[in-house]
Amino acid sequence: MATAKTTLPNAGPVSGSRSFLSRLRDGDEIARLTTMVFAATVVLITLLLVYELWTDSALARAKFGLHFLVTRVWDPNIDQYGALPFMYGTLVTSAVALLIAVPLGIGAAIFLAELAPPRISDTLQFFIDLLAAVPSVIYGLLGVFIIVPLMRTVIFPALNEPLGFMPFFKGPSYGVGFLTAGIVLAIMVIPYIISVSREVLLSVPSDQREAALALGSTRWESTWKVVVPFAKTGILGSVFLALARALGETMAVTMVIGNTPTISASLFSPGDSIASVIANQFTEATGDVYLQALVELGLVLFLMTFILNGLARILIVVTTQKGSGVPV
Amino acid sequence: MKRIAVLVVGVLALGAIVWAQNPLLINGAGATFPYPIYSKWFDEYHKKFANIQFNYQSVGSGAGIKQATEGTVDFGATDGPMNDDQLKAFQDKRGSGILHFPTVLGAVVPTYNVPGVSGALDFTPEALAGIFLGKITKWNDPAITGANKGVNLPANDIVLIHRSDGSGTTYIWTDYLSKVSDEWKSKVGKNTSVNWPVGLGGKGNEGVTGLIKQTPNSIGYVELIYAAQNNIPYGAVKNSSGSFVKADLASVSAAAAGAAKDIPEDFRVSITNAPGKSAYPISSFTWLLIPQKFQDAGKRDAVKGFLMWMLADGQNYAEALSYAKLPKEVIEKEKKAINSIQ
Repeated sequence: MATAKTTLPNAGPVSGSRSFLSRLRDGDEIARLTTMVFAATVVLITLLLVYELWTDSALARAKFGLHFLVTRVWDPNIDQYGALPFMYGTLVTSAVALLIAVPLGIGAAIFLAELAPPRISDTLQFFIDLLAAVPSVIYGLLGVFIIVPLMRTVIFPALNEPLGFMPFFKGPSYGVGFLTAGIVLAIMVIPYIISVSREVLLSVPSDQREAALALGSTRWESTWKVVVPFAKTGILGSVFLALARALGETMAVTMVIGNTPTISASLFSPGDSIASVIANQFTEATGDVYLQALVELGLVLFLMTFILNGLARILIVVTTQKGSGVPV
Repeated sequence: MKRIAVLVVGVLALGAIVWAQNPLLINGAGATFPYPIYSKWFDEYHKKFANIQFNYQSVGSGAGIKQATEGTVDFGATDGPMNDDQLKAFQDKRGSGILHFPTVLGAVVPTYNVPGVSGALDFTPEALAGIFLGKITKWNDPAITGANKGVNLPANDIVLIHRSDGSGTTYIWTDYLSKVSDEWKSKVGKNTSVNWPVGLGGKGNEGVTGLIKQTPNSIGYVELIYAAQNNIPYGAVKNSSGSFVKADLASVSAAAAGAAKDIPEDFRVSITNAPGKSAYPISSFTWLLIPQKFQDAGKRDAVKGFLMWMLADGQNYAEALSYAKLPKEVIEKEKKAINSIQ
């Protein structure tokens, strides 16, 4: 027991100075191994997922190769499949969603964390957490019954008349389409951005604020120039959480996107997304190549998410090195 | 202590009774369209024969064919007959064939939302094919107005709505269009989902109906049952003898009767555009897929018994649920086919 006595109780995660047996007896080793197995499970599930998507799409990959990524045709009758319109739809709707949700979400989070009285902040946070828990099909219904008619009768004329010369706002509008899907996605992901960003902002040490105020800055200056940059990494994390959610959303998108595999610059055009077409066609896909092409779409979506998350990591590292010396 | 002992004995006794009465479970999977009548039938049949229980998952025709082929279910169900490749795949995998048994009939109807038009519109096959190919783009096109004298159709663009999910309804609709239009047959073809030349997709009958209700000048197609149960107005279609027929139970049965005379031995037949003056042209059978050979004699006899009952008493449940009954000729023929199940 001599070794145990000389070791501090909280000497870090793994202390090499004690024997394996004594650590086992204290329970440290059991805890370490158990939690390690749990962590490894997550990695294992991801690897199995990729393995399954890869092997179950072998026929389609062999038949179409990389052309799959640049082909526009999706025709079960001639067994020709291409992912391009679906990739386009997934990216465009997610981009529209972030364009709307990021300023709104971060703005709201700053208000709740920095400027609002705690009682109002906590009450509002309760409602925001409720919104995050609403199933996506409910947002889809909201889209179908409110945003789709609004799009056709109000938003489309309002944008098309002054801006119709730009390809983004060309008509006609059927109510459903990229912009509608983007707006519904934005509503869905805003609660995530607010919740996570607010937590991050609240965890900024108050001496940071006090120091800024002591140097004579206004409340807003201390918030915008000190607190927000300090919390930048966490806020970016919330944005990428929202992006991941938008990329994979199925039900709400399929209800309002129009389900037509088109590539059009116009945001009013109907389109389709990867998750949506998989959900729509999987049950009735009979041919082997057809089914495998749908699985390959799943693989493409996984890779897109993977690449975007990788870019996010790089962005965080780069901005942190250049910027204010915030610890990652 | 005593009380607990009594309780334990009681629970065990109850368990034993349940165990002893454990019914013969027969699993099936497939088409969603006939699900209401199948669940009614299986329920009624279980009431009659408590020792037999059918369990049906409405996962879609494609999945039904797949699961029957893989042998994960005892029988399948489909809205479109299996093609030769699928039959061969079943034969290769299981060493024996699979049989099609028509159970009831359904139909697909054109539904629309044209401002100012309240009555039922009449559609010629040429008009429907033209609209769905994207060649007829205005409601006042002569192909549409020609059949609707006296109706004031606007000069608005047609918005076309189709199913976005793979579906037997789409199969029947595109099967019909393939029969009446060579251009449709060569350009698009028939399937549970196709590469639509134009239009928007809605998920399910309710998705299509929702989009049509919201979009002025739109046209789409839904199942007759869905249209009937939700009071959705729908149009009449010109049949092969030149008369405009609105879909209802009688006109759908008439289509089956018209096709019944030369129905093939394996029942794999499309009855779209069927002959007969009162036949509705966009009708179809829906089928149960029964393996020719069963490993388990108990299951075989239960399935055969159910099929006989379905063709006799079972048919009486159909019309209350808006399905058309099978014609007599088909029933007689099916009864003979049941004997070939081994």
